[in-house]
Amino acid sequence: MQSLILTTTTRLLVALLLVFSVYALLRGHNLPGGGFIGGLIGATAFILYTIAASVDEAQRALRVDPANMAMLGVGVAGLAGLSAGLAGQPFFTGQWFFLFASEGNEGIPISSVLFFDIGVYMAVFGGILTLVFALEQEI
Amino acid sequence: MSWLLVYPIVIPMMTAVASYLFRKSPAGRWISLAGTTLLLFASCLLMSDVLDQGVIAAQMSNWDAPFGITLVADLLSGVMVVITAITGLATVVYSFGEIPKRLEQLGFHALLQVLLVGVCGAFLTGDLFNLYVWFEVMLIASFGLLVLGGSREQLDGGIKYVTLNLISTIMFLTGIGLLYGITGTLNMADLHLAVREVENTGLLTAIAVMFMVAFGVKAAMFPLFFWLPASYHTPPVAVSAIFAGLLTKVGVYSLMRTFTLIFDQDIAFTHSILLWLAVITMITGVLGAAAMNDFRRILSFHIISQIGYMILGLALYTPLGLMGAVFYLVHHIIVKANLFFVAGVAKRIAGSTELSRIGGLYAHAPVLAFLFLIPAFSLAGFPPLSGFWAKFIVVKAALDLDMWVVAGIGLAVGLLTIFSMTKIWGAAFWPDHPDGIKPRLSDIPMGHRMALMLPIVALAALTCIIGLFPEPFVQFAERAAGQLLDPSVYIQTVLGVQP
Repeated sequence: MQSLILTTTTRLLVALLLVFSVYALLRGHNLPGGGFIGGLIGATAFILYTIAASVDEAQRALRVDPANMAMLGVGVAGLAGLSAGLAGQPFFTGQWFFLFASEGNEGIPISSVLFFDIGVYMAVFGGILTLVFALEQEI
Repeated sequence: MSWLLVYPIVIPMMTAVASYLFRKSPAGRWISLAGTTLLLFASCLLMSDVLDQGVIAAQMSNWDAPFGITLVADLLSGVMVVITAITGLATVVYSFGEIPKRLEQLGFHALLQVLLVGVCGAFLTGDLFNLYVWFEVMLIASFGLLVLGGSREQLDGGIKYVTLNLISTIMFLTGIGLLYGITGTLNMADLHLAVREVENTGLLTAIAVMFMVAFGVKAAMFPLFFWLPASYHTPPVAVSAIFAGLLTKVGVYSLMRTFTLIFDQDIAFTHSILLWLAVITMITGVLGAAAMNDFRRILSFHIISQIGYMILGLALYTPLGLMGAVFYLVHHIIVKANLFFVAGVAKRIAGSTELSRIGGLYAHAPVLAFLFLIPAFSLAGFPPLSGFWAKFIVVKAALDLDMWVVAGIGLAVGLLTIFSMTKIWGAAFWPDHPDGIKPRLSDIPMGHRMALMLPIVALAALTCIIGLFPEPFVQFAERAAGQLLDPSVYIQTVLGVQP
């Protein structure tokens, strides 16, 4: 069923949801948010698009196989945990890097926890979309 | 802080990712093979470290126990990880000859590796909630493997499997919640100390029984075993072999861990329940096997009866009993996986696993017949194979406690095991094939034949080695049992304090 209202609002909402999902992901380090909820919000954008347009359209817009993305996310999360080994610390110990740090300037703090969260984001995002696409295709 | 504890979890995880991304090309299966070989190597390194130091522990994320998650390996965990890697490697090699391209493209190897992640994680974790997580990982991966390909029969078995296992996990989670409520900790070493200060011992015993039910379902203990024979004969043989070898043993391992480390205040109550359940499990399993007429179904019921012996060893709660349980655990994984592999080859050349529809294997594939005899006799407990020593120790432990009935039942079940093995022998190997087919091993193309036979030969050799040179293995089991009965070193290593 095509609904003009749904397709029009979806155009606006998809972009908004995707930006918001990245915001939730980045905010998650010290405040409520993080990779899991970010991934869910991101997946919602594509689910909405699937309902408004079609599975094929949504898959074309996503460009990559969501199942691959989910597995890659697990890999990214694992590598983030392994990075602690480079510093000689136990698995999953948070590591901090400071980009553009100079005298008197702390720089931009980047932690391995962020990469772990990005991995979780990808895993949740890909996993949910794999399920939804598979369910929609059956019908 | 040892990284050796992390490798058995991280290696299969990364292998799963890589083999999934390359699932559409032949590279996927080679990645899987390389990863599992690496896992075996890493687990041997871990084992040698554990043999040196007794118990090793690592605190994840640098959070001290009992607040963070601890990975611990004592001798039992160490040997279980090694045996997991061996079974995993054998299964990957076997799958080269059995799993069709279609299943590989659906992600067979990735699921197999995720299963190994779950199993290794469960053996290495020192935290109850983390154990629950690994159980879930295992459940997801094993359900995926069980229904991969999606035939009607597989889905039927898979639904039964997943439903009963979910009930078990709910029970497990409820038990964890209650235990956390009364002790305020989930670190197993810390729990050992904390449960001693609990005043409401009645509640503690109730929680112990909840754990017994939860792990009992996983271990296929009487009366909670129905999911096993309902599902194990449906998937590809490589899958049922690794399930038969490893999955139920994780349940037994968890029982052994929790009922020596945490729930040891009311042994008279909890361990006598375990004792009688073990005995009934042995009997029902072997009677079920005697009634079946399908190669893999008979073997599935045998898993149940053998689980009984292991739990019996735990329930006796003597050094000798636990030693027998540890020995049995290791022996049974090798033998059972091997029997399933043989069943797979028999199916391939004779066309079925229904005993009434196959035959002629002895006349036309004598090598296979010989390779069947080794694990079959070992399972039944013939000297000088590994099963003899396993049964001998457990029965001796029962005799030492003057439990004549239990020991007698143990021996009788061994006899019935031989009966059902002779049934397989008498139907599949001895008579001619009912359709006049001549099942020859040379009918299988060379590459596939190598992949199928190599794991069978290797595991049979391992059974013979354990059987002929039991000394080091028995001594090892004795040390492992000692660690289980006196966990002071375990606790000291995890918590870093004198208990």
